[in-house]
Amino acid sequence: MTMIFGVPLAVFMGQLTLGLVNGAFYALLSLGLAVIFGLLKIVNFAHGAQYMLGAFAALLGFRYLGINYWLALLLVPLVVGAFGVLLERFLLRRIAHLDHLYGLLLTFGLALIFEGTLVNFFGVSGARYATPEILQGGLNLGFMFLPTYRAWVLVAALAMCLFTWFMIERTRLGAYLRAGTENSQLMQAFGVNVPLLITLTYGFGVALAAFAGVLAAPLYPVSPTMGSSLLIVVFAVVVIGGMGSILGAIITGLAMGIIEGLTKVYYPEASNTVIFFVMIVVLMLRPVGLFGKEA
Amino acid sequence: MTFIKKTLAASIAVAAASSLAVSTAQADMSDGEVRIGYLADMSGTYRDLAGPGGLTAMEMAVADFGGSVDGAPIVISSADDRNSADVGANTVRGWIDQDNVDMVGGLVASSVSIAVTKVLEENNGLGIVSGSAASSITNEHCTPNHIHWVYDTYPLANGTAKAVVEQGGDSWFMLTADYAFGHALEADVTKVVEESGGEIVGGVRHPFPTSDFSSYILQAQGSGAKIVGLANAGADTVNAITTASQFGLTQSGQQLAGLLIFLNDVHALGLEATQNLLLTTGWYWDMDEQSREWSQRYFDEVGRMPTMVQAGIYSSTMHYLKAVEAAGTDDPETVRAQMADMPIEDFFARNGSIREDGRMIHDMYLAQVKTPEESTGEWDLYEILSTIPAAEAYRPLSESQCKLVQN
Repeated sequence: MTMIFGVPLAVFMGQLTLGLVNGAFYALLSLGLAVIFGLLKIVNFAHGAQYMLGAFAALLGFRYLGINYWLALLLVPLVVGAFGVLLERFLLRRIAHLDHLYGLLLTFGLALIFEGTLVNFFGVSGARYATPEILQGGLNLGFMFLPTYRAWVLVAALAMCLFTWFMIERTRLGAYLRAGTENSQLMQAFGVNVPLLITLTYGFGVALAAFAGVLAAPLYPVSPTMGSSLLIVVFAVVVIGGMGSILGAIITGLAMGIIEGLTKVYYPEASNTVIFFVMIVVLMLRPVGLFGKEA
Repeated sequence: MTFIKKTLAASIAVAAASSLAVSTAQADMSDGEVRIGYLADMSGTYRDLAGPGGLTAMEMAVADFGGSVDGAPIVISSADDRNSADVGANTVRGWIDQDNVDMVGGLVASSVSIAVTKVLEENNGLGIVSGSAASSITNEHCTPNHIHWVYDTYPLANGTAKAVVEQGGDSWFMLTADYAFGHALEADVTKVVEESGGEIVGGVRHPFPTSDFSSYILQAQGSGAKIVGLANAGADTVNAITTASQFGLTQSGQQLAGLLIFLNDVHALGLEATQNLLLTTGWYWDMDEQSREWSQRYFDEVGRMPTMVQAGIYSSTMHYLKAVEAAGTDDPETVRAQMADMPIEDFFARNGSIREDGRMIHDMYLAQVKTPEESTGEWDLYEILSTIPAAEAYRPLSESQCKLVQN
């Protein structure tokens, strides 16, 4: 059997594949954070809670309204995104002129409130969300058994990442957005409704988190605390990629998934910390992050 | 900033009325009240296995007892320890210093229990640990001031691992949470597996907590072991089992052995993912008529079936109150001696008795999770396969390192 650093090739390939799947999740979540930070300069600590709300909305929608997975994938980001719009309009906007720290504290507080409320009603054990029938079972890749659903997650998450990147970097709307954050007064003088753009951008970032939440629902138990454990890692990914860099978030997310996956084979005890090691090294060598622009 | 809510558990009116009617001389109760503190994780990882439901169970016990002992009303205070040993120890210190609490119950996370029992020992209090797993609580950490009810890691390893090896599961891959509890459980399991003629062919220690187990499950699949032993708890176990099911671990001929699994975990996971899992439990709601009857009452209050810990909280509170009544005092030392003198035989504990190290030993049960076809209802989850007699289930006193045991 071919070995790679003492590990059979099949195992190595399997871990690489799984790392890529997890990486796609990191990419999707850190992308939302990067969009919000890059365009609004808000450190959105409620991102994990919004991801959790996405998963919960899918679960409750199925349980009480009979909304199936595919419909949830479309509707939940819209609903949770609309909720994000309300948050921006009535809370975040009021403190937009203050130091970034206030936004951080506000979103952190909101996250605690969302989590606490749901814990009160649903407990912490979590509930199962059934995998849609068409995606059940698995693919035999020769070196591993890959559940079909994970393959789908990889495809869906990457497609959404590319779509977002394209929207922001390659369309007129994206150009307005970027210009609006660069110099909002000038843009307003040109007749662009910058506050509306900002509100919608926040809503879009939140919708991305909710989309990831729906994708995650059949994978992990849906529980009120599912977002808080993930959020720290995702922040590390954003810092490594460079705060606010769209492409950086995507590439770093995938890379960190793979690095973490390989750590789980060679030294599993460190798998929860390896991303933070990378973060420290990157911050020492390149404080603005791998893809960040020098200020 | 301890979140203490005082709840007058049972109707004081009843208590007052009965004391008037009987008008016996007030027994020797400190401050004329029996005060119980309920300390548990009310909001975090362990909320569902004890938490608010455990408090309800305790309140049920007080109400069933009549709300008072010899005319002295029973009062319950409760607090959230947030799984922090510091918060737990400080809360209990306050309860003893300021509120003259006579007994502390609940006690879930092992680290909190160990810290709290130290405080109880220094202040001559009394504690009944119902939720913790670590067998060290009545071994190297034993004190004359606490009793450990429900279960511990020794019977978990002894019951499940032994039964699995006897059924032909003689090669094991261990999936262990990388902290004290996981290491202890892994060591106990390794010992039992090897003594029973099996072998450990591999293992991986995962960080605590871990949400994605896919990589570890893949390693377990590659190991060729017949049994994948889960030496972890709570959300980690839930995540590991979910992932194993997604990767078709059991379909490809391997079997999972859960070493610390609660009813709420199986309920959350669903039978599709957990079917045929073997586990050891101290109690199950559908065990017999007595258990079903109590559980139905609990269900009517809470809306969920009780875990073994919640049932144990009722059982231990009841036993405590009976001992207070029999001793005619709430003095901790006297009550503990009285509790140890009385056998425990109720809907929860069979052949129960309290040993000198503070371990309440009682019959334990080897159970198997039902398949979706076998189950007839939302909470119809276990089938009890066999009983592990009280005398065999727990660590023998001859191996004890407890300072209260003369070896």
